[in-house]
Amino acid sequence: MLAAVREYVIDEYVEDDSEVTYDTPLISGGIVDSFSMVSLKRFLENKYNISIPDDKATPEAFDSINKICVLVKEYIG
Amino acid sequence: MAYSDKTRGMYSDILTGLQDAGLFKMERYIHSPQAAEIEVEFPTGSSLKKVINICANNYLGLSSHPDVVKAAHEGLDSHGYGMSSVRFICGTQDIHRRLENMVSGFLGTEDTILFPSCMDANAGIFEAVLTKDDVMISDRLVHASIIDGIRLCSAMHDTFKHSDMAHLESKLQLHHDRRLKMVITDGVFSMDGDTAKLDEMAALCETYNALLFVDESHASGFIGKTGRGTHEKYGVMDKVDIITTTFGKGLGGASGGCVSGRKELVEMCRQKARPYLFSNTIAPPVVSGVIKVLEILSANTELRDKLEINTEFWRKGLTEAGFVLKDGDTPIVPVMLFNAKLSQDVSRGLYEEGIYAIGFFFPVVPQGQARIRTQISAGHEIHHLEKALDAFTKVGKKYNILGKSKQEIIEMYGM
Repeated sequence: MLAAVREYVIDEYVEDDSEVTYDTPLISGGIVDSFSMVSLKRFLENKYNISIPDDKATPEAFDSINKICVLVKEYIG
Repeated sequence: MAYSDKTRGMYSDILTGLQDAGLFKMERYIHSPQAAEIEVEFPTGSSLKKVINICANNYLGLSSHPDVVKAAHEGLDSHGYGMSSVRFICGTQDIHRRLENMVSGFLGTEDTILFPSCMDANAGIFEAVLTKDDVMISDRLVHASIIDGIRLCSAMHDTFKHSDMAHLESKLQLHHDRRLKMVITDGVFSMDGDTAKLDEMAALCETYNALLFVDESHASGFIGKTGRGTHEKYGVMDKVDIITTTFGKGLGGASGGCVSGRKELVEMCRQKARPYLFSNTIAPPVVSGVIKVLEILSANTELRDKLEINTEFWRKGLTEAGFVLKDGDTPIVPVMLFNAKLSQDVSRGLYEEGIYAIGFFFPVVPQGQARIRTQISAGHEIHHLEKALDAFTKVGKKYNILGKSKQEIIEMYGM
């Protein structure tokens, strides 16, 4: 899951050769702006067949690939 | 006292921080009307210096055009100075509606509503026509006023990579389930001077049943064969659902803006857009001036044609001199310097040579993309541009950047 989310994040948001690790701050680090978070949420919901409530999809919860995967696992089965 | 020493100190620290970071904005006082040549007091308190202005949005040279000034005088005499009311109480004159009809005719739209500024038009439009069931999909480089308008709207918001049509299409597919989808872009992007691919965007909007919104602030009056805008350039005059634009740039340069487009959407603004409902509209002398501007531009294409010739001359001259430019064909011609300090040094050097042009750097443009943004006008004569080219060449030689590639400039000065 980590690798798949990382691939999506790089493809969707990184437009130069910046390094993105599983712990790189995405929102607070300015890689993903809060306006563009919605597509990341919808990607996760579609790929893992889950529904993440809006109040759980916070900038803090989406701030690194590790944190995102922790959140997603809560909603998978 | 509520404004305590502690509070004052807090703000002083913030302002000092801006100065330390090189982000503090200074105004330069211009003592003459806006034109190709202006008289500037800079630094404050110094004697006036006559310089050639190549950083105004005065694309058509109409800011101080004698016919426009005369029309504004006449409007002042016939319709007064101010309205002291918002539009729907007692703040609408015959000339306001006349201007709205003229704008619709000029842009080829169904209806138009005036706003105090295009900033206000962009702040009001989205909230007035969209709900939480809808989605706004915007280019990642749209103007700050659009971003503010989007923030005020309850609709879902997503972005697509700048001018990346495949990415836009993927977003239209991703959000297929929303009640309404609106694709949002600038017609001409103000920092790079490139144009939105409106023909491709309009086709995608048709395929995916989406509305198309275009901010034409840096296009109205001069882009396209008769100056109608980016939608004319790309042959999609009837495919754009909402246009916002300003009267504060090419169209006279005073103030005011509008939403123009499908009549129901315009009417929604008249009923619901808060900057329209809770603010006076454009003052009568300015309305009269803009009416004259549209009369001038509708009579013939002389000014936009001259601007096109000037732009070609300028772009060719800078390229031959050996500067790195952003590609494009609009009057916004960014001279790339990449390094923030270099952009400030070149700007200062140009001023010493009698050329007024400003350096832009992060956060106004991305890190490592500092530049001098030059803007050409129909008010420029070739001798102005020749003098400016001489100054650019002299300053470029001083900093040893002529004929150098991006990589070479970055190696010399850093990002």
